[in-house]
Amino acid sequence: MSTPDLLVQDRPAALRRLLARPELGSLIAAVAVFVVFAVVAEPFLRVSSLGTVLYAASTIGIMAVPVSLLMIGGEFDLSAGVVVTTAALTSSMVSYQFTAVTWVGVLVSLVTTLAIGWFNGWMLGRTKLPSFIVTLGTFLMLTGANLGVTKAISGTVSTKSIADMQGFESCRWLFASEVTIGGLTVKATVWWWLGLLAIGSWVLLRTRFGNWIFAVGGDADAARAVGVPVARTKTVLYLGVGFGAWVLGQHLLFSFDTVQSGEGSGNELIYIVAAVIGGCLITGGYGSVAGSALGALIFGMASKGIIYAQWNPDWFKFFLGAMLLLAALLNAYVKRRAERGPR
Amino acid sequence: MSSELLALKGVGKTYGTVRALQDVSLTLRSGEISCVLGDNGAGKSTLIKIIAGLHQHDEGSYTIGGEEVRFGSPREALDRGIATVYQDLAVVPLMPVWRNFFLGSEQGMRRWGGLRLDADAMRATTREALAKMGIDLHDVDRPIGTLSGGQRQCVAIARAVHFGAEVLILDEPTAALGVKQSGVVLKYVTAARDAGLGVVLITHNPHHAYLVGDHFTLLKRGRMAGSHPRAEISLEQLTTEMAGGSDLAELSHELARPSDSRNSSGSSGSSDSRNSSDSRDSREERPQP
Repeated sequence: MSTPDLLVQDRPAALRRLLARPELGSLIAAVAVFVVFAVVAEPFLRVSSLGTVLYAASTIGIMAVPVSLLMIGGEFDLSAGVVVTTAALTSSMVSYQFTAVTWVGVLVSLVTTLAIGWFNGWMLGRTKLPSFIVTLGTFLMLTGANLGVTKAISGTVSTKSIADMQGFESCRWLFASEVTIGGLTVKATVWWWLGLLAIGSWVLLRTRFGNWIFAVGGDADAARAVGVPVARTKTVLYLGVGFGAWVLGQHLLFSFDTVQSGEGSGNELIYIVAAVIGGCLITGGYGSVAGSALGALIFGMASKGIIYAQWNPDWFKFFLGAMLLLAALLNAYVKRRAERGPR
Repeated sequence: MSSELLALKGVGKTYGTVRALQDVSLTLRSGEISCVLGDNGAGKSTLIKIIAGLHQHDEGSYTIGGEEVRFGSPREALDRGIATVYQDLAVVPLMPVWRNFFLGSEQGMRRWGGLRLDADAMRATTREALAKMGIDLHDVDRPIGTLSGGQRQCVAIARAVHFGAEVLILDEPTAALGVKQSGVVLKYVTAARDAGLGVVLITHNPHHAYLVGDHFTLLKRGRMAGSHPRAEISLEQLTTEMAGGSDLAELSHELARPSDSRNSSGSSGSSDSRNSSDSRDSREERPQP
């Protein structure tokens, strides 16, 4: 058995690997968007604008990290937008109604978002329904519950201010503070984003669990056959979305003191767009966490750049849709390349 | 003879009202290739699913090393040294070769408490283990989907051998392959046998089975239609039994065209049954006119 029967050609491996990287398209797009706005919008290059763009990107990016991991694992979460509002509402109302230290609300909120994530994962594993349907269900239920519970408790559609409550300042420091470094104002969400990004990317690429994420998204049956716990892996990914929603929800609460119960709906699609622009395949099994950050950055640059360029912001969603289509086409192309390879 | 690895005795399985498998017995020893032959729907997949732990039998006994077992999941079967390579779901196509190789048995770094993957060591081990089986693949970072079907089967076999499987179950490893690729895969099957594994080879191709098999079990409509050690059966007998013997003679008679009696065996081959075409090949040893 010493003669090699299966000689596989390894020609331009380095170049091919670069071209097959899931982030490549989003990197080119991010540079292009940056250059366009740098040319057409003079204020875009100011340091203060960078802070604004980074903030906008971070509020998407915090959720884009777990959402992209979930997509690589082959599933969707349509409830990811409203669960952020649920997180903020829970935290606010628990603290207010029980006149507790705000940290109590923060912790109850974490338990709630994790429970919602677990419910999504459990329903998916139990019923074998598509995640599109399961999470569409939780999306609608949470949308209704956010409004219904808030109205029943506070009589209006928004929560009462908790700014004068004990613990508010320390919570605000953790979730909604800002530091100025050489004229650049960095909000707390940016640190959270970078932290989640680093952890998410490391878990995906360098741990056993990351290997399982790729496998359950790429071919769940093959993964199960070699002993990967498919349902548990997906449930943990939904817990990750719950965690991200908790962070972002606390940020919204502690930067604005009150929460509007109707918010959040629609954002889940923006998270998915960021993940797809970042190179995640809709069908799962392929993608990157770093790419989702580039997708969020493109979102931040475009949403603020359009204002700096004094264009009509109504066109922003048009731009976003076009980016999504281009990205999805590019991803399909990259996937075909990766699967076939130069044989 | 070497030690008995696993034994099925009178195993049966019912799905709802459908009796998929009934009274099937099979014994596997180390260093032995046991072939299970049968047509589509004969119960081959049910049989491997029971051995591999995807389903449980509801009649008879399943023992490993003499100990009665009933697996709840493929993981449990794997832990008892039973590795299965499925025809279509052997690997995850978009994942690199090395990630596929270690999938489900990932190797962690001790310094990180096993949390961090030792990617470099995993790449090197993959290369070595493949080389040991005679597969020379330097770039283990390429998606496994870029390999040919035969190469993927071989990687899956090398994976099972590397992770210390004692029993290797191969589900139709040559079904989707060309002649040359099939030969390569069968070579790795014998390499696994030489490494001391017991191999259960599921196939509907008696020629491939006879090339490597030590024992042949024939399944027909969920029942055993025959069980022979290699010494007791010739390829022709095996082919005939596999093709359904008298059934086939009847079929070729039915399909024969009166105007074209000279070519009757050719027209039977044009029917959609792969088994009949196999048997035709074996009978037509003489060169084509």
